[in-house]
Amino acid sequence: MDKKRRNFLKIAGISTLAGLGATTGLGRLVGGAQSAVAATEEAATAEQGNAVKQNAGDTPCVNRYGMLIDVRKFREDLSLGERVVQACHQEHNVPNIPVKKDEIKWIWMTHYENAFPEQPHLYLDQTNVEFQLPILCNHCDNPPCVRVCPTKATFRDANGVVIMDFHRCIGCRFCMAACPYGSRSFNWSDPRPFLDDATMNKDFPTRTRGVVEKCNFCTERTRVGLQPACVEACGDTKAIVFGNLNDPDSEIRQMLKQHHTVQRNPSLGTFPSVFYIV
Amino acid sequence: MFEKALKGNNYYWMWLAFLGLIIAIGFVSYLRQYFYGLGITGMGRDVSWGLYIAQFTFLVGVAAGGVMLVLPYYIHNFRAFGRITILGEFLAIAALLMCVLFIFVDLGQPLRAFNVMLHPTPSSMLFWDMCVLLGYMFLNILCGWVILTAERKQVAPPKWIYLFVYISIPFAISIHTVTAMLYCGLPGRHFWLSAIIAPRFLASAFAAGPALIVVMALILKRVANFDAGKEAIDKMVTIIIYAAIANMFFLALEFFVGYYSQIPGHMHSLEYLFFGLEHHGHVYNNLVPFMWAFILLFLVGMALLCYPATRKGSDLWLGVGCASIFIAFWLDKGIGFVLAGFLPNPTNEITQYYPHLNELLIAAGVWAIGFFVLTILYKIAIGVEHEIEA
Repeated sequence: MDKKRRNFLKIAGISTLAGLGATTGLGRLVGGAQSAVAATEEAATAEQGNAVKQNAGDTPCVNRYGMLIDVRKFREDLSLGERVVQACHQEHNVPNIPVKKDEIKWIWMTHYENAFPEQPHLYLDQTNVEFQLPILCNHCDNPPCVRVCPTKATFRDANGVVIMDFHRCIGCRFCMAACPYGSRSFNWSDPRPFLDDATMNKDFPTRTRGVVEKCNFCTERTRVGLQPACVEACGDTKAIVFGNLNDPDSEIRQMLKQHHTVQRNPSLGTFPSVFYIV
Repeated sequence: MFEKALKGNNYYWMWLAFLGLIIAIGFVSYLRQYFYGLGITGMGRDVSWGLYIAQFTFLVGVAAGGVMLVLPYYIHNFRAFGRITILGEFLAIAALLMCVLFIFVDLGQPLRAFNVMLHPTPSSMLFWDMCVLLGYMFLNILCGWVILTAERKQVAPPKWIYLFVYISIPFAISIHTVTAMLYCGLPGRHFWLSAIIAPRFLASAFAAGPALIVVMALILKRVANFDAGKEAIDKMVTIIIYAAIANMFFLALEFFVGYYSQIPGHMHSLEYLFFGLEHHGHVYNNLVPFMWAFILLFLVGMALLCYPATRKGSDLWLGVGCASIFIAFWLDKGIGFVLAGFLPNPTNEITQYYPHLNELLIAAGVWAIGFFVLTILYKIAIGVEHEIEA
């Protein structure tokens, strides 16, 4: 009798442990997929004005920061693009490397056909052929780069922003292969010789060789209540609007309601947080 | 048993010295890369993986290929493989060592490599790849060593080792499956985003791995007086033929899906590899010669292996046939597959990859380390064989 009970307890204990292990393991694996479903479902509820709580992977994101880029404004003022890129790269000590293959860029101006290659158009309107628009990290709600990183060096913070831990990155560049938007750059050599000591931003770290970097939605600025550098560079033009997509009363949500906007290649299920008025 | 590796004729030492020289050159080149950064490679923002990761991918296949000897011998009791199973297991060890080294030389921050273990991330396929590669390496070292020791003492291997032998079989499949999953789960890389990548990897592995073992066996026959046996070689050639055909069949399916559906993303990389990709009036075709060499070598290899007179008549033609298949699939997977996946880049621009000389020297150095270890392991294995016979 005793022996039977012993065996029963053993089996019960082991199966409970196994069950627990399996659920957590599976939960982690499908975490990304669930959040994608959640995003679509919650889009409807958000419409009614409920606060939306989304979750990709491990980090519960209370906010989901997003950006709305009004491309028309960049056509009206041709120097705006340059100013925006300058502001960002100045703020984050992004080196200006002349060799094209070694380039590092967080935000840059490109043509419509390059930003939206999944929308090929034989007879594209003249404005979109001629003018450029800014592209940057989409801070996806279901980011492939976060999924593939073997060290959690890239992750989502509580604001839904995909950020990098430059000190943990091993430089395997899996995230660069996984990013379907080409938003990530790698330090192919020491970036510091390409920075000007006099104009460098001493408040933001420079990087070392061998790590990946990209736009961080200016977490260092938004944390202290400032707007991202690119948004600030736009002045009062409202060419870039930054805000919390989970807050139905935010300016960005109001504008999204009023305008027809597009995202870069949304068919991949990444749920980009950067929207464009083209 | 290591003492067996310390006795050899002049050719043995000259061969090791030659490999040692290439290793030394590779090591110096690596120091250069280490202190400068990965900028002295052909890789860049658009083609962010290059020769290293391509070699890694191919060598995982070579390692997995050894299972084509282990499986028939231990599961189907195919006795003829008895003498050469150890060659497969030791080849796997050397190939896996090269895999680990190729990953290591590809890291931007190699000293942080252990972060993968410090911060295990189950959602990352690279984490799982590390697990199965190290697991398979451990299994092969364990099984190879225990079985060879038993053989030397002329006793039956201990029963418990068979458990590990049986575990090593699904592990061999898993290393290449998980390696395929590094690629085939990435959104927006159409060439890789194909469910057939894992089977295709396995097919090419089961051809390339045994092909290399046959070449090795033929060399050992000449230089070390080690005869693998006609039946074993013949069976291996059969395996190579079927696996090679399966690989080409899978490749043909990729062509069908791309060109019949006419979806540009599914055609671009194939177009670039085999015909040259036209983009804004410029044709990008730097890999075309390699891919047609792949097709040509496959056909030559198949002809030599399928035609009885060349397969059975002379070791030379048999060796050339197997070497052709091996090189063909190296061109396919060790060059084409990884590089073509990056074209065009996500913003529809095209950058062609050309390896840097320093990168080539490092890659040669890693290959030399692999062959150095392989030579020593084979020397030990054959030393034991000769000891038993004597």
